[in-house]
Formats: sequence, structure tokens, C-alpha cells
Amino acid sequence: MVKPKPTRVTNRIRALRFAHDEMTQAELARRVGVTRQTIIAIEQGRYSPSLEMAFQISRAFGVGLDDVFAYPDEGATP
Amino acid sequence: MAFEEQRAWIGGIVAVVSYGAYLAVLFVRSRDVPLDEVAYAWPLAIFIGAGVVAMIAAHAVIGLRARDEAGQLDERDREIDRFAKVVSQAFLVIASLAALLMAVAEWDQFWIANAIVLGFFTSAMAESVAKVAAYHRDFQAW
Repeated sequence: MVKPKPTRVTNRIRALRFAHDEMTQAELARRVGVTRQTIIAIEQGRYSPSLEMAFQISRAFGVGLDDVFAYPDEGATP
Repeated sequence: MAFEEQRAWIGGIVAVVSYGAYLAVLFVRSRDVPLDEVAYAWPLAIFIGAGVVAMIAAHAVIGLRARDEAGQLDERDREIDRFAKVVSQAFLVIASLAALLMAVAEWDQFWIANAIVLGFFTSAMAESVAKVAAYHRDFQAW
């Protein structure tokens, strides 16, 4: 099986959860409408969410997309 | 462990156990007669039926244990499921082509039937392995 290419998208979900009264992964998952395992995978950078889910996550924290997700400049190593 | 990952593990285990038991019966019976003359139809039907029943029972048990998650598929689950199905279909196509060529070459129906059964088994295993790997490693659908 071909080794999947790791995502270059980084996120601040863990920091934002703690900044929001230590919101649990389960609570964030409930607000976004996904499983807790999916939140864990996104938080650990093992899965890049769709644009729609990314918006839902940022909305759950009441911040903009750029405050949650980032993508390194072209040419930068992951 | 994700609910869908548990289902993948169960699918793989049931496939190994049922196909292993079927092969064991075939090889035990082949002590007395050549392998391609073994009566395979009933053991095959019994182990496929038992496998389906075991899958349904196991899914019901894990569904009861994780009521909150059961049936709740999100986009990652659906993408992993689609990826695993693409992987598993390749094995079904290969087995079907092999069976077709065997039929054209007028092989004994024992070998044709067992080529198809082997295709079912490898397809089920490939789906389970692909799903478990996708849940454990990086998985990017795009």
C-alpha cells in the first residue's frame, strides 16, 4: 500500500479547546457533528478536514478559519 | 477505537475464521478423495451463512456497547469506507477474471467456485486491512 502523504495543514485546535474552558474533544465533536476519533485525528494532523468541516470547527470556537488552521508558505518544509 | 474500526476488525476476523474453517474441512475430506472431487458445496454454504450470522451478531453487540457512536458516520468514516471499498474491489475483479478464464478453459467447477470464494476472502481481508490502516495512519482523501 502506498504510504499516504502527510498533510501540511497545521492547526491550533488543542490550544483553542483549552482556551475555551478546557472544552473536551467529545464536546467539540458534538458541536461539529463528527465522531471524537475524527477530532483526535484532525488535532494530531493525521487527517485534513474538508473546507466545510474546517469552517464548522472554527465556528465552534467563534474564531476565523485562519485562527484555527494554517498552511506553510510555498517552499517551506513540512 | 472508532466504531467503524471495530467493525473492520470484526469483518477481518470473521473472514479469516470462516474461510479457515472451510479450508480445514476441504483438506480433511481430501484425505480420502482427490481435492477437486471433495464435496465442497455444503461446507461452503454453511461457512458463508455462519460468517454472515456472526457478522450480524458481532455488529449488534458492539452497536449496543457504543450506542452513541453506532450508525454515526462522519465525512472521515465515509472517505475511509470509500477508499477501502476501492481497494477491496480490485481483488473481486481479479478473482472474477480468473474464474472467467477458468470457465473458458473448461476447468472443473470446483476450481472455478473456489477461485471466486478466494476472491471474496481476499476482498474482505483487503477491506478490513485498508480500513484499520487508514484509521491508524495518516489518511488524506485529497
